[in-house]
Amino acid sequence: MKQEEWRLAWLLCAPAVIVMVAVTAWPIVYSVWLSLQRADLKFPQQQEFVGLENYATVLSNDYWWTAFGITLFITVVSVAIELVLGMALALVMHRTLVARGLVRTATLIPYGIVTVVAAFSWRFAWTPKTGYLAEAFAQGAPLTERASALAVIILAEVWKTTPFMALLLMAGLALVPDDLLKAAAMDGAGWWQRFTKVMLPAMKPAILVALLFRTLDAFRIFDNIFVLTAGANETSSVSMLTYNNLIKGLNLGIGSTMSVLIFLAVAAIAFLFVKIFGAAAPGSDDGGRR
Amino acid sequence: MGLVLGISAACGTGGGDGGETTINVYYAPENNFPKVVEDCNRQAGNRYRIQYNVLPRGADDQRVQLARRLAARDRAIDVLALDVTWTPEFASAGWIREWTGQHRAEAENGTLAGPLETAAYQSKLYAAPKNTNVQLLWYRTDLVSRPPSTWDEMIAAAQDLKSRGQPYQILTMGAQYEGLVVLYNTLVESAGGKILNDDGTQAVMDAGAVQALAVLQRFATAGVTSPSFTNQLEDDVRLAYQGGGGAFQLNWPFVYAAMQSGAPDIAAKTAWARYPSIQPGTPSRVTVGGYHLAVSAYSRHPDEAFEAALCLRSPEHQKFSAINDGVPPTIEAVYDDPEMEQAYPMRDEIRAELKDAGARPSTPAYQNVSTVLSATLSPPSGIRPEETARELRGSLQDALESKGVLP
Repeated sequence: MKQEEWRLAWLLCAPAVIVMVAVTAWPIVYSVWLSLQRADLKFPQQQEFVGLENYATVLSNDYWWTAFGITLFITVVSVAIELVLGMALALVMHRTLVARGLVRTATLIPYGIVTVVAAFSWRFAWTPKTGYLAEAFAQGAPLTERASALAVIILAEVWKTTPFMALLLMAGLALVPDDLLKAAAMDGAGWWQRFTKVMLPAMKPAILVALLFRTLDAFRIFDNIFVLTAGANETSSVSMLTYNNLIKGLNLGIGSTMSVLIFLAVAAIAFLFVKIFGAAAPGSDDGGRR
Repeated sequence: MGLVLGISAACGTGGGDGGETTINVYYAPENNFPKVVEDCNRQAGNRYRIQYNVLPRGADDQRVQLARRLAARDRAIDVLALDVTWTPEFASAGWIREWTGQHRAEAENGTLAGPLETAAYQSKLYAAPKNTNVQLLWYRTDLVSRPPSTWDEMIAAAQDLKSRGQPYQILTMGAQYEGLVVLYNTLVESAGGKILNDDGTQAVMDAGAVQALAVLQRFATAGVTSPSFTNQLEDDVRLAYQGGGGAFQLNWPFVYAAMQSGAPDIAAKTAWARYPSIQPGTPSRVTVGGYHLAVSAYSRHPDEAFEAALCLRSPEHQKFSAINDGVPPTIEAVYDDPEMEQAYPMRDEIRAELKDAGARPSTPAYQNVSTVLSATLSPPSGIRPEETARELRGSLQDALESKGVLP
């Protein structure tokens, strides 16, 4: 490419780059910088550079690893359930002949409701005396015990984000060529064989993208836990813990350290998906052609 | 009620910056506070105008909003609501101004000692107490003939009611938040114990604090709490009591007004008494709550801000807020006002509790201390008194030095 074209390309990109640097890159750099300081708003005179001390503190702390385990557990279980349910929903939406618009709209409603509002509904529904679910399905108060509270959190997550999964998978279903399915049927493949041998391989890029998006999202779970249990009975996620230290505790050093660690964990998840499973960003060329 | 209109001499218009001086007050939601603001504006004439900015309802959310604004040196805050536990934190961060001279004298004049103590940090006054708060024991007169005076009596009475198939629950706040800390602090103070040393630099957790752990654990496992105990906040407790499930409720006085409209039948069968104690014969020492008014360090109009704060918490306005919003006054003389007798019937019990109230630990790191306490004490049924105390000595010390991680 000619030099002038390069110049023009950069000029055209510049506004976007400047905005991204201002709103994304600078805060990230700043939190990395803060994570290397002792910085606490309560003790403004005591700010000093402490190197990696904050990382040692966080990584040797039980609260952090408990929250990390809980976060991983919620992520894996909820994404797995969402994948199965989302696939079923996507198939239904894809196949529906009558009232297609209605079916798709109804499916998307949970995704359209603000998480905090939905979480409050779940909270009331699972509280004895005020809630129908607690009266019908539970003895005692499910939100006051660890196992049942985690189950309710996962249920709320799954209910809320399955439509998103279904939407991404439906886009993948559109990629499956109809004649391929017909040819397989001609060769005597049953429904299950067509699903596993033809549809799933053709949908692989879409599935991986859906999984990647949901995993990254689920790992940062905050609002459902904040409303449902506020982290009681060891149900804190890493984001809850960061909020407690950074926003409530006003400890910028430790809080930023946790933010950076979450950032690294999310980056590691994305890296795994891309390198090991070969997920590709939507629109990139080699997706689905290997 | 008739408010006295102070006619102030119009001596200059306060600042030549054109326009009117606006004093921004950030205060918790209080239904009739706008009327107080209006009255103060009338008294201020045209020297300044108070603008009431309503903070969120939850204390944590209020603190987070104020801390964020003040950390960013927001000049649009002049007067702010300060929960009694935040004074050391906001003062040591340099966010609020010290009260001196005439303003200090006026803020201290006739103010109850308990609330006033929580407005000071390192013997300097940083706020003017606006209203105080203490929890009372509310009980059902159709189920309980004489209010229990100790926790042991109350638990036994509840177990007795339970065995006879009547409503028996003792309802109070047990979720993992400040409410649980208030409960525990009241128990520690009533047992004559200490969580921290007096200057708030060392975690002690003495014998009284260990005894309080044992009482809390026994209460949680005696089969007399609501199944939702470990997830209940103030309003959940109020609703559960109004629903008829409880024989006892330990809660703030706001439940009185709410019950009159929300459940008049239950309200008619409800009386109140002093919070139960731990040792028979030694009265309880109940945790003080409430709000102060502080002046922001970044205010551009500090003189007007001090004056506005004093007006908002003046005796007549405190009386107005007590009668209309149920918040207990901090100025002792207000309790003796004849109008209070009708409108605020539990005033004697409240004043008696305030006479020897128990403050929460005073330290700039209070939020850390509170977070560690509520996380360690939750759920209360899991407390092992000696072991939990040992654990708290370590984690509270870390919290005080803002070392380590908050749960």
